[in-house]
Amino acid sequence: MNVAPDKKPGTVISNLSDSYRLSILIFLILALVPVFARYGAEGFILDLVNRAIILALAAIALDLILGFGGMVSFGHAAFIGIGAYITAIMVTEGFGEALIIFPIVVVVSTLFALITGIICLRTSGVYFIMITLAFGQMLFFAASSLSTYGGDDGLTIWGNVTILGSDIFADDVGIFYISLGFLIAGLFLVQTLVGSRFGRVLRAAKENETRISALGYNVLRVRLTAYVIAGVIAGIAGFLHTSQAEFVSPATMRWQHSGELIIMVALGGMGTRNGTLIGAFAYVLLIQALSDFTQDWKLIFGPLMVLAVLSKNGGIGRFFAYVKGGRNRA
Amino acid sequence: MSKEAVIVPEALLKVVDLCKNFGGLRVNADVNFDLFSGECLALIGPNGAGKTTLIHQLSGFFTPDSGTVIFDGRDITHLPVHARARLGLARSFQITSIIPSLSALENVALAVQARTNGSLRLFGIAADEKTLNDQAFEALQMVGFDKQITTIADNLSHGEKRILELAIAIAMKPKALLLDEPMAGIGKHESLRLIEILKSLKSRYPLLLVEHDMEAVFALADRVAVLVYGKIIATGTPDEVRQNAEVKAAYLGESAM
Amino acid sequence: MSTTLFLVQVLNGLQLGVLLFLIAAGLTLVFGVMGFINLAHGVQYMVGAYFAVAFYALTQNFLLTVILASASALLLGLLFEVLIFRHLYDRDHLDHVLATFGIILFLNQATTVLWGPEPLVIPEPDFLSGSIPLVEGLLYPVYRLAIIAVGLAVAGLLWFMVTRTKLGMLVRAGATNLEMVSALGVNIRRLFMLVFGFGAMLAGFAGVLSAPIFSVEPGMGDDILIVAFVVIIVGGIGSIRGAFIAALVIGLVDTLGRSMMTDILKLFMDASAANQIGPALASMLIYVLMAAILFFKPTGLFAPGKTA
Repeated sequence: MNVAPDKKPGTVISNLSDSYRLSILIFLILALVPVFARYGAEGFILDLVNRAIILALAAIALDLILGFGGMVSFGHAAFIGIGAYITAIMVTEGFGEALIIFPIVVVVSTLFALITGIICLRTSGVYFIMITLAFGQMLFFAASSLSTYGGDDGLTIWGNVTILGSDIFADDVGIFYISLGFLIAGLFLVQTLVGSRFGRVLRAAKENETRISALGYNVLRVRLTAYVIAGVIAGIAGFLHTSQAEFVSPATMRWQHSGELIIMVALGGMGTRNGTLIGAFAYVLLIQALSDFTQDWKLIFGPLMVLAVLSKNGGIGRFFAYVKGGRNRA
Repeated sequence: MSKEAVIVPEALLKVVDLCKNFGGLRVNADVNFDLFSGECLALIGPNGAGKTTLIHQLSGFFTPDSGTVIFDGRDITHLPVHARARLGLARSFQITSIIPSLSALENVALAVQARTNGSLRLFGIAADEKTLNDQAFEALQMVGFDKQITTIADNLSHGEKRILELAIAIAMKPKALLLDEPMAGIGKHESLRLIEILKSLKSRYPLLLVEHDMEAVFALADRVAVLVYGKIIATGTPDEVRQNAEVKAAYLGESAM
Repeated sequence: MSTTLFLVQVLNGLQLGVLLFLIAAGLTLVFGVMGFINLAHGVQYMVGAYFAVAFYALTQNFLLTVILASASALLLGLLFEVLIFRHLYDRDHLDHVLATFGIILFLNQATTVLWGPEPLVIPEPDFLSGSIPLVEGLLYPVYRLAIIAVGLAVAGLLWFMVTRTKLGMLVRAGATNLEMVSALGVNIRRLFMLVFGFGAMLAGFAGVLSAPIFSVEPGMGDDILIVAFVVIIVGGIGSIRGAFIAALVIGLVDTLGRSMMTDILKLFMDASAANQIGPALASMLIYVLMAAILFFKPTGLFAPGKTA
């Protein structure tokens, strides 16, 4: 043993400077989108990228529990739905002030995550997958039955989110930069958590839960904390979703939507600094390209997914990480 | 929390009438023994005698059907695993239990972190914390870990992993150590080294040692308890146990007693 | 609500229950024995219904349709097992989820392409058409009664197979200790294939039965899959008995909840509020029930003990 412990060993945060630079590059490119979109089909591109940013925010939150924590949550879209519906309903009822909506979204997401989390996390593995699925579907059906607020058809909001009287949320470029700001903050938050003492325990518990509890950590508490944080971030993504799309439908929380978020995380290589970010944009753009090509794009995408899983031993995540050169791999 | 009644002050770990059944199978039947401060108690017995089941009940992975476990004057029979660890009861596992993707140093630092304030702090880079790393380094030195401390744990040899697990256990600064077959799967040369390491730990921590390797048992143990078919059939000094007729019968052909 | 209406709802609940059981039985066996989480089980139900549409158009004979469509569902299930699933049994759950999700996307779209997005339906068979009076003033469609009867018969048959035959013994043993079964010299691969194909056929059969009463449309298996998950979670994964009891309970609670919740709420609040909240609460009922059961029994009501 010849090295004093001042040099940190190979963890997620090693290679910090490289992946840090990549994050900054991605955000710079995103920040320039409104500028260049002006020369193209402005509305369409801006809208597409903005949607991708909001989905990426939710996917990053999912990566915290799925990629770093090993919890395959199939109900993550439910949190987007919570944020989206609270926002839509409040605007419809005439309370469009973001400073009122936002705290309510955070509190309700926290409560829903706490209650469902305590039940889900006492189980593990396949039970966890199915129970999160069921809770997500519960909200989907509940929203479908809310006839006052659009029911099956969804709810278009007449009016918009304001902040201290400003209409910045209603402006396409304004909401774009607000979303981007949240995405940057979200990534920073998740990365900080992952590298912290808490995050180290979360990552370690994914690999060896027995050892972590034998060290004196309450694994349930650690996972519940991560689950709540991820839920709140997704709730915020829902708040942004309604602000941007000015529309919300039950499909937002359908389990297929949760599945899409899982695909984004897996596509990005799970538990890496920029992977999920890239995975989310790659997914949205790929779907866009495929659906431009044919409206039956699922006939192509479905088999592609199956092949990707079959073709690589470690699954789709490692397959794509390998294609990317595995640079960001932990 | 108010101090609970101290039941038997002299025993650090006291096991009273512990019973455990799986289905119809009686795995532990009225097990009684004490572990005193400053001693090494070895728990021996043929395969399937219920030794690991017993350790699991002491550390909280199984709950006994009846009986009591008292540690440091507190009834811990129904405490969860993590709460027992926090009270200072550390254990190693028969099958090495480490975090494969983390470095050796981080594996031990996790144990240090568990007993510090803010063990689940949400900010700051844990891997860069000098106080944690220094103490982890110290624990690694105590067990004579001689590999690069930044080696990913999964890349260590089996013997090195067992030594790493000992470092993890002592980094918890426990009041007592439960070691479940620390020698399991280790070659002759490495096992001599491990015995030396355990001898050096013996003076610092009360040890409950479950072991098949009789050489290790007689080199380390102050007292030996013999578990056969879930029952303790004899307890005494190594020499007393060696002379015990019942033990001889149980072990006949099992091992060179 | 009148007693007659209540009885009708109980029968509707039982009918939903037996359909759920047919779907959940395969799901719980496949998970119990292979540890495989199959999201594509719901599309097997959908595919069964579409096969029914296709074969009915071809033969105009209901019984023949049932046989041909179920056999086709079995073949499709076996095809998926051989081509895809058997290569994934030893992977982690995330891989199961991703691969089977890909199959859902494909099959939902494929049915849209082949049959169009509009709901389809096949007629009830003549010999089961019409309604019969069960008690004074209660007419109930014969076909729906037949579904209940057939469902119960299949449940009985399954119970017999699982508890009384050698294959059933292996399946039960496989759900608790796979190594032991393999050590007995059983061809595990073939056992898996059988269990999987059988489960797929049951789900397809449920689809065939429901073709005359529900609309056959792309994605019709997606939501019922989640309800089937609720059934096997409540019943305990791997337990046929648990799946049967839970399916009936869930079917009854869901049906009765939807028909009575609003009326019950009207006892506590004004009618317009009850009309709005009632349906939403009713649709959440089975999930709340699931949560409550899991809170006290995290592995469900009848989970078979898993030994190493």
